[in-house]
Amino acid sequence: MSETVTVDIGEYKYGFAFPDRSVFKTRKGLDEEIVRTISQMKNEPEWMLQYRLRGLEAFRRKPMPNWGADLSDIHFDEIYYYAKPTEDRKERWEELPEEIRATYDRIGIPEAERKFLAGVGAQYDSEIVYHNIRADLEQKGVIFCAPEDAVRDYPELVRKYFGTVIPFNDNKFASLNTAVWSGGSFIYVPPGVRVEIPLQAYFRINLESFGQFERTLIIADEGSFVHYIEGCTAPIYSRNSLHSAVVEILALKGARVRYTTIQNWSNNVYNLVTKRAVAYEEAAVEWVDGNIGSKRTMKYPAVYLMGPKAHGEVLSIAFAGKGQEQDTGGKIVHTASDTSSIITSKSISKDGGIASYRGLIKVYPNLTGIKSHVVCDALLLDPQSKTNTYPYIEIESEDVSMEHEARVSRISEEQLFYLRSRGLSESEASLMIVNGFLDPLVKQLPLEYAVELNRLIELEMEGSVG
Amino acid sequence: MLLQIENLHARIETKDILKGVNLSIQSGEIHALMGPNGSGKSTLANVLMGHPSYTVTAGRVLFEGKDILEEDPEKRAALGMFLAFQYPVEVPGVTVGKFLKRSVENLRGAEGSLNVNKFIEELRALMDTMGMDRSFINRYLNEGFSGGEKKRMEILQMLLFRPKLAILDETDSGLDIDALRVVAQGVNRLRGDRFSSLIITHYQRILDYIQPDKVHIMMDGRIVLSGGAELVRELEARGYDWIREEVRV
Repeated sequence: MSETVTVDIGEYKYGFAFPDRSVFKTRKGLDEEIVRTISQMKNEPEWMLQYRLRGLEAFRRKPMPNWGADLSDIHFDEIYYYAKPTEDRKERWEELPEEIRATYDRIGIPEAERKFLAGVGAQYDSEIVYHNIRADLEQKGVIFCAPEDAVRDYPELVRKYFGTVIPFNDNKFASLNTAVWSGGSFIYVPPGVRVEIPLQAYFRINLESFGQFERTLIIADEGSFVHYIEGCTAPIYSRNSLHSAVVEILALKGARVRYTTIQNWSNNVYNLVTKRAVAYEEAAVEWVDGNIGSKRTMKYPAVYLMGPKAHGEVLSIAFAGKGQEQDTGGKIVHTASDTSSIITSKSISKDGGIASYRGLIKVYPNLTGIKSHVVCDALLLDPQSKTNTYPYIEIESEDVSMEHEARVSRISEEQLFYLRSRGLSESEASLMIVNGFLDPLVKQLPLEYAVELNRLIELEMEGSVG
Repeated sequence: MLLQIENLHARIETKDILKGVNLSIQSGEIHALMGPNGSGKSTLANVLMGHPSYTVTAGRVLFEGKDILEEDPEKRAALGMFLAFQYPVEVPGVTVGKFLKRSVENLRGAEGSLNVNKFIEELRALMDTMGMDRSFINRYLNEGFSGGEKKRMEILQMLLFRPKLAILDETDSGLDIDALRVVAQGVNRLRGDRFSSLIITHYQRILDYIQPDKVHIMMDGRIVLSGGAELVRELEARGYDWIREEVRV
């Protein structure tokens, strides 16, 4: 393309901030005292404190990843690890402090809840400040609450599953999360119960130089179904923030879990997240992972297929604009026969942004009837932008049907000229090509989120050409 | 005068292709532009529509009396110019219906806020006359279309947009006789006082179905000979060599 491409950071709609009105905040930096303070604030049982301390020890011991996105600008001593925004959680938006309520109004969460959600958790800095679930689901035994409340109210469930999918020493950032986790969601769906309307959590960072470490644990009991959606935004600051979540999902026999993320952090947030699911016999887990914002993202949602006929799926959409690096993808581990998996990745790079697909398909020995299909498509909008593909495949069985396709395309001058000769402006033509590129994936999102994603892409593209 | 091309010179990268083209088209006229491969016919079509790869180094192009060379392609389209591409590009993920709707909204301007039902009705009727299956509305633009289907899609757009000037860049090449007839019918349908066309072609075949008012022969970046429809038959009989002799290019 001939023209220079520019992006106006003012396009980011959620960059606003309110003053720090935390009711409690730890000092900058991380040590054992801070971990103990967080645990104390939450009145945790001793076993959780001990688990946190093991996480802290592992975090200190583990090296920074020497692959993937450039993390050299993270300074762990410059970050606040815990900030409590309110004294307690509310079940009514009206009861929240004015500014916090205004924040969620601007993002549109209460409206979304009224229209198409069965339950909402809203996190502000370190704590879930609002939580609600429809009464009919509660009556069916569905649990949807802050994980701190689950530790208190459902200790047997938490102790049985917490840290079993992603252990405290899994990787440096999972260890960090284990040490200082706060907020997130806990979900339990009883056998045979289908939660037809999505549950949503919304994560908002308000403070500068802040670390948000939510922890989510989803247990879908036999034959159940749940769709969980998370969204996130933050103010634009000159200093970096860190978001390091851990999400563990267990889909028991015949259960199905769909987990949708629309990640729209501001461009000063490092987003380093570990997401992993286990799917037992005939269970299915689908990750729909949209990464639009952040400065650096490293995230590879994983599914371990633990029983026959289990199915795992990752749909990954990444948009890397100016100064952004999206290092995303998916991992599927086939540990049982007759299991199947699909990874579909679409990335767009623009204004020098870097989008990398990093994926793993692993098949254990002595299995039969394994099917896997991986497609990664990258679209480059200008010559300064980059895309990389790192598909790792480790297959130790014979009876495996494995397909892998990777394509890189550029918006061509011919496509733009064709559309412009039909009366479309250059920016509308670019947007149409980008939307077309994403269309097959966006179609799979719930309508409201497809609209939201299209709108975000539109904002990213706006005024960018010509 | 609808279109007036004066001493047009254009190049791609450092290669001069158009070397002084002069051509005028009155409203209501159909002109044929013929010439051997590499003579600059497609370049002229692209330059007229504003393709960014070409640089105009001299000359003027007036459309309804106004110089359009500084205008963007979308502006030229809005003024009433249309190019049926020789090789229409594929745009994956963008349906024919969505693309046509946005185009019509842009081209028709203020009256462009379409009634969707009426638009679909109009589109379907045109597709029927073009012998196109209605399911094309939901297909991705040109993706997986056969050569003939792509050309029909171009003519369908011409019928829908109703331009003042349609430039057909070898729309007839690679078409079987049925498709050729459909394309020709499309042009003849619009023929009238307020429609002009510049039909670029290698062969006389399409001109059996569309009677041109004027015929131009292009060689080495210039129009070397102009005449009436009889020129087509002469070319058919004698080829291009005699012209080359005559004009010494």
